[in-house]
Amino acid sequence: MSLLAVEAVSKHFRGLTAVDGVSFAVAEGEIFAVIGPNGAGKTTLFNLIAGVLAPDQGAISFAGERIDRLTPDAICRRGIGRTFQLVRPFPALTVEDNALVGALLRRPKVEAARVHAHEVLRRLDLYDKRHQVASALTLPDRKRLEVARALATDPKLLLLDEVMAGLRPAETDRMVTILRALNRDGGITILLIEHVMRAVMALANRVLVLHHGAAIAEGTPDQVVRDQAVIDSYLGAEAL
Amino acid sequence: MIGLLNPRARVLMLVLLAALIAAPLVADRYLMSVLILIFYFAYVGQAWNLMMGFAGQLSLGHALYVGLGGYVSALLWLKFGIGPWLGAFAAVAVAAAFGAVIGWLGFRFGIEGVYFALLTIAFAEFTRIAFDHIDYAGAAGGLFLRVEEGEWWNLRGGTLLFYYLALALAVGALVLTAFLARTRLGYQWLAVREDEEAARALGINAFRAKMTAVLISSAMTAVGGVFTAFYNNNLFPSRVFDINRSIEIILAPVVGGLGTVFGPVVGAFILTPLGEALTALTGLFGINTPGVKGAFYGLALMVIIVLKPSGIWPWLARALRLTERRP
Repeated sequence: MSLLAVEAVSKHFRGLTAVDGVSFAVAEGEIFAVIGPNGAGKTTLFNLIAGVLAPDQGAISFAGERIDRLTPDAICRRGIGRTFQLVRPFPALTVEDNALVGALLRRPKVEAARVHAHEVLRRLDLYDKRHQVASALTLPDRKRLEVARALATDPKLLLLDEVMAGLRPAETDRMVTILRALNRDGGITILLIEHVMRAVMALANRVLVLHHGAAIAEGTPDQVVRDQAVIDSYLGAEAL
Repeated sequence: MIGLLNPRARVLMLVLLAALIAAPLVADRYLMSVLILIFYFAYVGQAWNLMMGFAGQLSLGHALYVGLGGYVSALLWLKFGIGPWLGAFAAVAVAAAFGAVIGWLGFRFGIEGVYFALLTIAFAEFTRIAFDHIDYAGAAGGLFLRVEEGEWWNLRGGTLLFYYLALALAVGALVLTAFLARTRLGYQWLAVREDEEAARALGINAFRAKMTAVLISSAMTAVGGVFTAFYNNNLFPSRVFDINRSIEIILAPVVGGLGTVFGPVVGAFILTPLGEALTALTGLFGINTPGVKGAFYGLALMVIIVLKPSGIWPWLARALRLTERRP
């Protein structure tokens, strides 16, 4: 059974159709990537799943339950954690307290939550920086803090909105290693929206390609990069 | 983030508290009255700080809750002979109900920041105008409580009684804030203050978190209103609900340090004596300048915002090494 099912979902902004009848399903334990050129509707799709926006048509189900009318906080409580494309850690709080806020979702006691926050920070190489204020972190650290904070809420599904953007190749590889470990050891299903093909090719089991709001291809990374429609609209010949 | 006090600072705080408990042995009536004012502003400042400093919701109408608390308890005492200890519960309930309405309107309809502050001012002003016309509550002429030697448990007593009551309120609010800051609710407030959308993405019901902050803050402030009513023995709508009262409430936490546990206390200890000294000084020289205190507070605020924008306490705690060191 699929963990996340998106069925014929559409979203319009005035005259513009941002997402146009998109359907796909993410199986439990999978790493699923959504790619596409700028303006393809990736972030809109993401916000529909996360509950920031409500779809005009279609249905979104998570673990067999409709979630497309729920608020973002209710969706998080169901077990979906998310990051933001433009990172937004709590700037005046320490790294530890950022993760702690996430950990408190399923642990009402602050001390228990702090223990969990420490574990999560260790997994994302942020433990040594836990007493730094989030606003003082570098971009790669902030990106990992976004993941840590979402991860601290114990999600079954992690939605990652361009966590590789702005990272150098070495940092990207580190992030790929971390995410793969989370998926393999933690059993966390991952849905990522990504521009960095290097990361998509390394991580994803399956890829969905969006163009002008519509799905134009779906398959394994190798299938997708050989798809003529994908090459024409997005990748260009040099990607191969 | 919260900065736990180190053992040395804890001892220092206990010594200060002991000194304040013993102060009536040596202090004269004037000094006692200044200390009572300091405790009062530390208390209501703490209540306001929970809402603004922790949950990030700006209220510029906290005089509303002071006035409601004062009026409800004074009316219960004057009309029904119900003492303030019991009346405080009614005062808290009424003020919290007003807080709930303001919070619901603001948070349900997405009225944020400055617009939310305007909403709080509007409610305080409307209530002032309403009380100007409620004959049952003395209308514009106000309410007077007889200054009689009465039972201490009905808050009829001298300066000493109010001194210890104000001290207890200030210490109680400090302890409550320190406790709340270490709970899940306290961290949810910080998250909502820092970035509401990100907080919601972490499963926090932002509406509920903000609502709880307003309810606790308005309820606490109402108790401050009960105190002022029985301490000053009079209530006028044009005085208690005035916007200047709301501004006075926010000065101590802003100067002392928003969102810190000790900020309101430090701010009150700095501002109130200076303001009182200024009043005494201008009186001494026979200068009649009614706005001088307000001008001074305005200046103090500007100096703080320029020099120490996060307040005196964070700087003081660092300079005197009062909080626990972290790597």
